[in-house]
Amino acid sequence: MNSGIDLQGSFIQTLTEFGLPHDLARAFWIPLPMILVVIGAVVGVLVTVWLERKVSAAAQQRIGPEFAGPLGVLQPVADGLKLVFKEDLVPNKADPWLFTLGPVLVVIPVILSYLIVPFGQNLLITDLNVGIFLWISLSSIAPIGLLMAGYSSNNKYSLLGGLRAAAQSISYEIPLALAVLAVVMMSNSLSTIDIVEQQSGYGILGWNIWRQPVGFLIFWIAALAECERLPFDLPEAEEEIVAGYQTEYSGMRFALFYVGSYINLVLSALIVAILYLGGWEFPIPLDQLAGWLGVSETTPWLQVTTASLGIIMTILKAYLLVFLAVLLRWTLPRVRIDQLLDLGWKFLLPVALVNLLLTAALKLVFPFAFGG
Amino acid sequence: MNLAVDLQLICFVVLGVAMIAAALGVVLLDRIVYSAFLLGGVFLSISGLYILLNADFVAAAQILVYVGAVNVLILFAIMLVNKQEDFTPLGNRWLRQGATAVVCGGLFILLATMVLATPWALDTTVVIENTVVQIGRHFFSDYLLPFELASVLLLMAMVGAIILARRDFVPEGIDPLTRQEALTLPERPRELAGTPSDPR
Repeated sequence: MNSGIDLQGSFIQTLTEFGLPHDLARAFWIPLPMILVVIGAVVGVLVTVWLERKVSAAAQQRIGPEFAGPLGVLQPVADGLKLVFKEDLVPNKADPWLFTLGPVLVVIPVILSYLIVPFGQNLLITDLNVGIFLWISLSSIAPIGLLMAGYSSNNKYSLLGGLRAAAQSISYEIPLALAVLAVVMMSNSLSTIDIVEQQSGYGILGWNIWRQPVGFLIFWIAALAECERLPFDLPEAEEEIVAGYQTEYSGMRFALFYVGSYINLVLSALIVAILYLGGWEFPIPLDQLAGWLGVSETTPWLQVTTASLGIIMTILKAYLLVFLAVLLRWTLPRVRIDQLLDLGWKFLLPVALVNLLLTAALKLVFPFAFGG
Repeated sequence: MNLAVDLQLICFVVLGVAMIAAALGVVLLDRIVYSAFLLGGVFLSISGLYILLNADFVAAAQILVYVGAVNVLILFAIMLVNKQEDFTPLGNRWLRQGATAVVCGGLFILLATMVLATPWALDTTVVIENTVVQIGRHFFSDYLLPFELASVLLLMAMVGAIILARRDFVPEGIDPLTRQEALTLPERPRELAGTPSDPR
């Protein structure tokens, strides 16, 4: 099987050729992808913040940030620097330990979830057997951090916001997991690599969105609710409860919440791209194109081109979805809490269950199309 | 001793110490909110131990079920009740605490001797590649009965929870006065949802 570019293998091989023991070479490799992921996540946030400012400006017929760098691209950096230099306040009678731990508990699981996001055949940190399930279980830690932040602020709006956030995320986790389960059933594996592989071969026609249109919609709605984006941003509904669980936060602790929510948005978009939009696959099947043109699969320039196209495609798909989310935020009104819970429990959950049953039935009837 | 084995040992010691410390915190701390948060720490450390044992699916399920659902619900209950009540310290409290300590210590010694006395059979077969498939096979062959029993138990719990939550269901055609005695459980009366409020 052609495995594409194996950066880890070649890195370790290079170091062992310099006379280092194999174990040590592996130990040198371990921090590299981690650092890369943290940098990538932060840059992704900066891009998203810029996109949000520009798109919201366009939606409201303003110009948006303009003076910091060309087209205002340095504005998010300026925002970040401002937050770094702001005074770090802990309200009187707040619980300082829980107050600090809350934002940390929200951010760490989100960054950890980048473990399983593939940008190519070998371009991910670990190909775990439990893959996508790890993301679901890690994202269920965040409500604890939100509750912690809401409780420790010693403020009724914060507490209400924290409770709302936890209620919202545990109700939308169930349709989310059921939508993922339907995809997993089709690809016979929880691993993100296998899920993308199963969609490859037919270009855009093979993507899961054609076989799972309902699942795609359910997943997207539930993912927006998990990210607390409008129309589901009840935990920080500013007209009702000031800013929810973030009310008392300032400086770096607030920045952690802010960064965490945007990383979560980018991550959800990446996961949607992997589950339903073919991950790193190009809209036309590149392997077959190369075969028709008579270029061997192992040609170095072809491998480099496919790998970089894979990264570009993954990021492009993810940012298209982020753009959609931003557009939704600035054009839709907010739902009420009872509407939110009704939508989650009385509509999305039954529809997701029916979708799961239908997928199972279709898998039995048409094993060639639905992963036998 | 190579790097991987060393790392595993360090992880085991760190996780074990964290788990025991968090568990002691759950039991010994006075404020119930701290106990609830530390309980989440205990569950997370246990899932770390599962990862060390190559049980990746069980570890992820542990986080999802215990941290994501059970612990969040416990916190929810604590925060929604939020009862401020100062308990007056009882006399002879040391007696109760001493008795508890003796019982717990006895249990600990019993379990420790059991662990030391049992000749554990070490499984030296190769590491299972795909744990999910293995778990599925076991669920539907030799562990079928416990699996089905657990699911029936969960279904019963769910039905019970729904009945408890929908206690305000009012059957039609019954005189409201007789209904008061017949259909209410011993609890504080509250406004019925979906019915017009009583004019009295």
